[in-house]
Amino acid sequence: MSYFRAENLSLHFGGLKAVDAVSFAVERGEILSIIGPNGAGKSSIFNLISRIYRPTSGRIFFEDQDITEEPPYDIARLGIARTFQNIELFENATVLSNLLVGRHRHSTTQLWQELLFLPSVRANEKVHRRRVEQVIEFLDLEPYRDKLISGLPYGVRKVIELARALCSEPKLILLDEPSSGLNVEETDDMSFWIRDMKSELGVTVLMVEHDMSLVNRVSDRVIALNYGRVLAMGSPAEVQQHPDVVAAYLGA
Amino acid sequence: MRFLFKTDYEDDIKLFPHSGYYVSYGVLLALLVIAPFVLSSYLMSQLVFVCIYATVGVALLILTGFTGQASLGHAAFLAIGAYTAAYLQKYNVPFPVYFLAAGGLTGIIGAMVGFPALRLTGIYLVIATISFALIVEEILARWESVTNGNEGMRVKTLSLLGVTVPRDSPTFYFLCLAVLVLTIVGTLNLLRSPTGRAFVAIRDSETAARSMGVNVALYKVKSFAISAAITGFAGVLFAHKLSFISPEMFTLQLSIEFIIVILIGGTFSLHGAVLGAIFIVMIDPFLTYLKDDMPGMIAGVAATFGAGPATAGNIKSTVAAFASLNGLKGAIYGIIIVLFVLFEPLGLYGRWLKIKLFFQLFPLYKRATFKRQKIYVKSERNR
Repeated sequence: MSYFRAENLSLHFGGLKAVDAVSFAVERGEILSIIGPNGAGKSSIFNLISRIYRPTSGRIFFEDQDITEEPPYDIARLGIARTFQNIELFENATVLSNLLVGRHRHSTTQLWQELLFLPSVRANEKVHRRRVEQVIEFLDLEPYRDKLISGLPYGVRKVIELARALCSEPKLILLDEPSSGLNVEETDDMSFWIRDMKSELGVTVLMVEHDMSLVNRVSDRVIALNYGRVLAMGSPAEVQQHPDVVAAYLGA
Repeated sequence: MRFLFKTDYEDDIKLFPHSGYYVSYGVLLALLVIAPFVLSSYLMSQLVFVCIYATVGVALLILTGFTGQASLGHAAFLAIGAYTAAYLQKYNVPFPVYFLAAGGLTGIIGAMVGFPALRLTGIYLVIATISFALIVEEILARWESVTNGNEGMRVKTLSLLGVTVPRDSPTFYFLCLAVLVLTIVGTLNLLRSPTGRAFVAIRDSETAARSMGVNVALYKVKSFAISAAITGFAGVLFAHKLSFISPEMFTLQLSIEFIIVILIGGTFSLHGAVLGAIFIVMIDPFLTYLKDDMPGMIAGVAATFGAGPATAGNIKSTVAAFASLNGLKGAIYGIIIVLFVLFEPLGLYGRWLKIKLFFQLFPLYKRATFKRQKIYVKSERNR
């Protein structure tokens, strides 16, 4: 059985089939990219996995467990973290507290313990801080630790989103266009980090991306979508040469 | 300028970032402790109200400032706390028991208000909480067997462990102060632990909070419950301070006063609640001053500039008529809210931070330091 599996996943908005009977599987420790023209249904698939949308039909399995009916907050608890295409950070909080929210799924303390800030809460907080610090070091975010998000440039925010997802120590991470809005240099950094995430942290990556050079550099496999349907699946080179994919991008 | 070198994760967790805080808060605490022996009984009474209003302000900050759920129904929570205390007093329940019962009951009702509020945001939530406040007000007026209706209820003098504590005694003041301090410390503890961060996360982006594993519905209800419970505790003290409660004390205007408390103080910091409480409590004596002394003073000034006695008398009566207009208080509240939202969105505490930074950086302070930067507009797609 595969690590993560989507079976006949569909999302219909009235007559519009945003995602139409899409099936794919992600193996443990691989980097799988989803490509496709605008409106192909890439982000919709992510929103289905993280339960922002409810699928019209189809099932989603993670570690052989059916997660189609899980509430959205339990998806993170199972070890699936995500980033957003249009950055969804907590604007009026510091980088540090943003990252600490990423630790939420590991918090075990009760409300009354927190009101009194018992030693157990303090000990937990220190563990969270240590883990956050490891991620900060991993992604070179040291200069921004105590800065407010609202004052930071776009490229840094993008990295902080990745950091927040990593702080939850995910098994599977969903990256929604990690390089959108980044310059060449920042995209290079991003590609190193994505590969390091796989090799050093052992995270499985599912990624939506438009930048083909980034896709080529990091992906093990690629899925091409158009109009909510799978056009091709395979290695980056195979998919890019697939006639349907060429037609979708360049017009038949 | 002070530079903080953090050498331990403790440094991020502790309440006071550096030793300077111990000095300033120590001095403040000492002043508050000697206050009853120095200040006049009128000012002491005002100080007690500051403590009660600040407690409610902190409660409202948890809900509105940190969780981002606006509420115009906190007068109702205060009323529930006050009436629970007054009702239980009739059965000779001791103070600690009805104090906790009032907070507990208000917390449960707050959670119940929180559930329907889960699907509402922004202005709709405000309307829902206003309706809740109106319902409570009406119930208090009609449920005569319990609340004594519009005739109101007398609240017996507080007796704590067999000692009577009159409402104008220093002990009562210390009790209110203790409740305020405990509330503030509890809230600070909450804010530095996962629950507080989840609240802030919900305020800034529900979508992101949810995808990080925050059960948004549960935490919203928790926030409502905590906020209501604290307001309920404040309600007990409020009832004792007034020694008489009736439904018309807990109107929409009181809810608006609580909103003003946090709006003027600053919605991002607990300091704001205290500053706002001082402001709102001191506005009453200011209005009295306006009514009593202002007309004579203006007439006097007019007379010095050559107005005849008839004109001066005329001016005096006009100003007096204006100052005793019925809706003047509400109008002043309205103007204050508008001006603060427009010109000082960070409130009094924000202004204080700017002044402090000005002196810390002198002469390098830049006027644009606190300017809000909107670099890009966030997509609304996932709402």
